Amino acid sequence: MNLESMYQEIILDHYKNPHGRGLREPYDAESFQVNPTCGDEVTLRVALADAKVGDVSYDGQGCSISQASTSVLTDLVQGRTVEEALATMDAFVEMVQGRGQVEPDEDVLEDGVAFAGVAKYPARVKCALLGWMAFKDAVSQAASRAEGATR
Amino acid sequence: MTTTTAAPFDVETVRKDFPILSRLVHGDKPLVYLDNAATSQKPRQVIDALVEYYEKHNANVHRGIHTLAEEATALYEGARDKMAKFIGAPSRDEVIFTKNTSEAINLVARVLGDAGPGYRVGPGDEIVITEMEHHSNIVPWHQLAERTGATVKWLRLTDEGRLDLSTLDSVVTERTKIVSMTHVSNLLGTINPVDVVVKRAREVGALVLVDASQSAPHLPFDVSALGADFVAVTCHKMLGPTGIGVLWARLPLLQELPPFLGGGEMIELVTMEKSTFAPPPHKFEAGTPPIAEAVGLGAAVDYLTAVGMDAIAAHEHELTRYVIERFAEVEGLRVIGPNTAENRVAEVSFALEGIHPHDVGQILDEQGIAVRVGHHCARPAVVRYGIPATTRASFYLYNTHAEVDALIAGLDRVKRVFT
Repeated sequence: MNLESMYQEIILDHYKNPHGRGLREPYDAESFQVNPTCGDEVTLRVALADAKVGDVSYDGQGCSISQASTSVLTDLVQGRTVEEALATMDAFVEMVQGRGQVEPDEDVLEDGVAFAGVAKYPARVKCALLGWMAFKDAVSQAASRAEGATR
Repeated sequence: MTTTTAAPFDVETVRKDFPILSRLVHGDKPLVYLDNAATSQKPRQVIDALVEYYEKHNANVHRGIHTLAEEATALYEGARDKMAKFIGAPSRDEVIFTKNTSEAINLVARVLGDAGPGYRVGPGDEIVITEMEHHSNIVPWHQLAERTGATVKWLRLTDEGRLDLSTLDSVVTERTKIVSMTHVSNLLGTINPVDVVVKRAREVGALVLVDASQSAPHLPFDVSALGADFVAVTCHKMLGPTGIGVLWARLPLLQELPPFLGGGEMIELVTMEKSTFAPPPHKFEAGTPPIAEAVGLGAAVDYLTAVGMDAIAAHEHELTRYVIERFAEVEGLRVIGPNTAENRVAEVSFALEGIHPHDVGQILDEQGIAVRVGHHCARPAVVRYGIPATTRASFYLYNTHAEVDALIAGLDRVKRVFT
């Protein structure tokens, strides 16, 4: 197992120069997620418009994997329909939980394929998923709020 | 006539006794094991003792009258004798085998809530712990306070990682029932002045429990000299198997306090109406105990004694001095805890500017270097120093100067990846 298999250049780039970082207004829902074993945390906000994902903003602290993964997330979900964004999330989750057995689709995951190596490090899978869990939670909150409002 | 003197300490000779130290990780990288504060590796002598026990002597203890039962009992009780001697216990009956330190502390916290008027912790009473405790010496006291209406109070830390004793007299007062403190911090490596706290506790009539998980494996250790009422030790950190720890306590206390768990082995007489209890130590050892683990512990104690705790402490002190010296050369490295080799052990936590400990640990692992990252189950202290986590390198009798050099080179590699 060589080092570069997990710390891909893409991951280090996103870590050093994160995309979309910082909490912004307006937003429809916010989620705070923490990994109790290492203290990594992320607060993520989602704005939805016409069943599409609008601005995704976040702040957090933690290891390169958790912070870079959240940066990649914003590129992958903004401007997509909620359905597409959740399908991308499923593909990402499947890849990092796949113990190295899942061949990622670069057309779907783009920079996200850089996290394929994380799958071989069980202790780090939660790091890679932290931002995605916040996204899933925020989208689900926003959707149920929107549903409540139309009733 | 021959005299026996311990052979001079030679780390290469010691290393040969530990089979795991010769394994490679990640293909061709020699293992550099610097996670000894989490658990120690085991010498061949301990592994052999476990195998021999199961191959030749395995039986349940105390009850049988057949050969194997008598052998197993002699080995199990023999381990108690060895441990009693190792920690300087005035009586073997003061040595209670538990699962680990956590169970030993839980035992004390539970029975103090159940005790008669003399020792009972109740509403209005205070329990004093320190900000550098492992969660195993925090949570049982939170639970006791919750059950009884008592209050938990804290001795705080200084910026350099020592106990702040300036508040000792205002924190430990007539209301204090027990002070529970670690001898050596698993996060900071600090050796605490237990005697100063014991002296204050005596003035106000409080009991003292000392968590010796990180001291008994590394320093010459004597419960009588320490002056505490209870001492908790976990044995897997001192070359023994997992699953066994020791609670030492003064015999009159053990005689007076009620039992912890109920079950087999701990009774005097059971009728349909009630149970009466065996004298210590068996009163506190319900159920089939960790027999093989005790036998392994006995072998570990023999090993440490043969090498010599003074020699081990001296070797580790020199490693501490060296690692502190080398760390000073690493730009952006901040030691969390005393930045000196004095009054500290060879467990050194640090933060590397701008690089998360998980990333530090992962890249060190790729080079075969095993360290611990995270809050080390001492979250209040980590928060105290304004960081989410640390990287901790912790050494033992088999670690070398070359391994310190490997760690420094490893940190250089970490920095090259992230800057």
